Amino acid sequence: MDAVLQFLEAIPYDQILIQTVNGIVTGMILALVASGLTLIFGIMDVVNFAHGELFMLGAYVGVVVMAATGNFWVALILSTLTVAMLGAALQLTTLRPLIGRDPLTTILATFGVSLVLQNYALWQFGPVARKIQEPFSGHFSLFYLDYPWYRLLIAGLSAAIIGAFWLFLKYGTYGIWIRATTQDRVMAQAMGIPVPWVHTFVFAIGAGMAAASGVLFGPLVGVNHAMGLDWVLKAFIVVVVGGMGNLGGSIAASIFISLLEAYASIWVSPAQAVIVSFVVLVLTLLFRPTGLFVPTPK
Amino acid sequence: MTKRNTQIYWIGFSIVLALLIVAPMVLPEFWRRFVTEILIWGLLAMSSDILIGYAGMVSFGHSAFFGLGMYGAAAALLMVRPPNLWLAIVYGLIGAAGVALFVAYFSTRLRDIYFAITTLIFSQIFYVIIFTWTEVTGGENGLTFSRPALAIPGLFSVPFTSENLHWFVLAVVTASYLILRRIMQSPFGMVLQSIRENEQRTRAIGYPVERYKMVAVMLSGLFAGLAGVLYAIQNRFAAPDFVYFLVSGEAVIFNVMGGMGTLVGPIAGAGFFLLLRELFSRFFTEYYLIPVGIIFIAMVIFMPQGLLGFARRWLNQ
Repeated sequence: MDAVLQFLEAIPYDQILIQTVNGIVTGMILALVASGLTLIFGIMDVVNFAHGELFMLGAYVGVVVMAATGNFWVALILSTLTVAMLGAALQLTTLRPLIGRDPLTTILATFGVSLVLQNYALWQFGPVARKIQEPFSGHFSLFYLDYPWYRLLIAGLSAAIIGAFWLFLKYGTYGIWIRATTQDRVMAQAMGIPVPWVHTFVFAIGAGMAAASGVLFGPLVGVNHAMGLDWVLKAFIVVVVGGMGNLGGSIAASIFISLLEAYASIWVSPAQAVIVSFVVLVLTLLFRPTGLFVPTPK
Repeated sequence: MTKRNTQIYWIGFSIVLALLIVAPMVLPEFWRRFVTEILIWGLLAMSSDILIGYAGMVSFGHSAFFGLGMYGAAAALLMVRPPNLWLAIVYGLIGAAGVALFVAYFSTRLRDIYFAITTLIFSQIFYVIIFTWTEVTGGENGLTFSRPALAIPGLFSVPFTSENLHWFVLAVVTASYLILRRIMQSPFGMVLQSIRENEQRTRAIGYPVERYKMVAVMLSGLFAGLAGVLYAIQNRFAAPDFVYFLVSGEAVIFNVMGGMGTLVGPIAGAGFFLLLRELFSRFFTEYYLIPVGIIFIAMVIFMPQGLLGFARRWLNQ
């Protein structure tokens, strides 16, 4: 009995609450990155290795626009549009010629793209991390911490972007086109939907979402050329755990994994907390290889 | 006809081998090292070709096997006195085999891109462990050690020079090539190729597909570990950078550039990549991956067979 009480007292409740908030905030950004990735995969069987680089470029475009205009919101919108256009151009030049080939070749091509983009960023912006100024710097007190409002705003904005996108998929004409293409590419083509352009458009949306999350995340840590790698790995884990091509699943998995990592980092260093998400991945693969958040296939 | 082709194949093989044997005697020091390095990276790429080219499983996790081979060799060279070359190889192979067993057990349940992503994430697990476990692995700085002597117990023992290191590496790589070539032509290799062509049908005929895949991953991991040992001996250090997944990515690039499913193609690919890197770093310094990456993308799109892909049937007979 005493042991139980001692154990209960030893749990740092305040830290757990803080980490819950942190976990949800990172989880929402991750969900924004992962939903672009899973969307691109669900529709065209493309595993976009360059997704993290689009996130990183988005953050850099944000830095450049911030320096020119000084307005965070202009930076967010311009960066999203620029990277979406870049995404469309990438899809047209490297992925469209690969349609109909083994999906594995798309991994190779996008891996090449990621190497090029990453080294381009290093060349253009140098190895020193840049900073994006947050749009407002208010704090509220959470136990012994001054917690910035901006972090909560990020979570809200990410949720809003994902929500708007979901509504678009559900009710918009083009959203219906996208869902039709996901379900049956050939039939969609037969019904007069311009499938190749749907692919380009979806890739552009995915790239834009990655860029938006890059700009939103920029103020929290510095922007540097290697930041994309961490994110693309996490997004891959999330997408596999949530079930490939399943939007709801990847959002749930993002929050789940970010929370676990946040809790783990109470006790171990953040670098080691990553292992927790790896373990979740291994367990998922062992027991539910189709993903945690999808119904068991019959 | 086939007999004649086989003859031509062995003549070609002997010529290339002879050229590689002579190479260190005529080349200056820099290029001598360069050729040795091509052979080592070629062995890594060749090991991943078993999975990519023959079994049709793209692995992005070969850096884990390579890195554990390096750290295994480091362990043998640092802990056992006097340092022994063969013990380093044994330790390295044990390290790589351990990781390969783990990866093979979990990742062969999955196919295609899922396999690629899980192998990638597994290699990252080992990267994080090695990177953060500073007391044992030296963390970010890695481990440095001295090179053992090239010795056969009871026969002779000479210190490594860059020339006999090259010959040693060449002997190991040639032996590995001949062994792997034999394995890929055996019934086991045929089953792997039939898994690549049609997994469902292979299963329906009655082959235990998962078991074959597991053995393939293990085999591939062992040879990748051997490449890691050779690299450790050549460079006298082990560092976490070599466990990072970019190394696995490079192995995949070598395969695509050289020609998948040929075993020698990946070596040619490694040579081509390293030459391109050498060439472009003159103009672009450390940003050479921009032009090399563009060439790689173009090859994926326009030349999926790679440099030696045209000779695939001929090399596999």
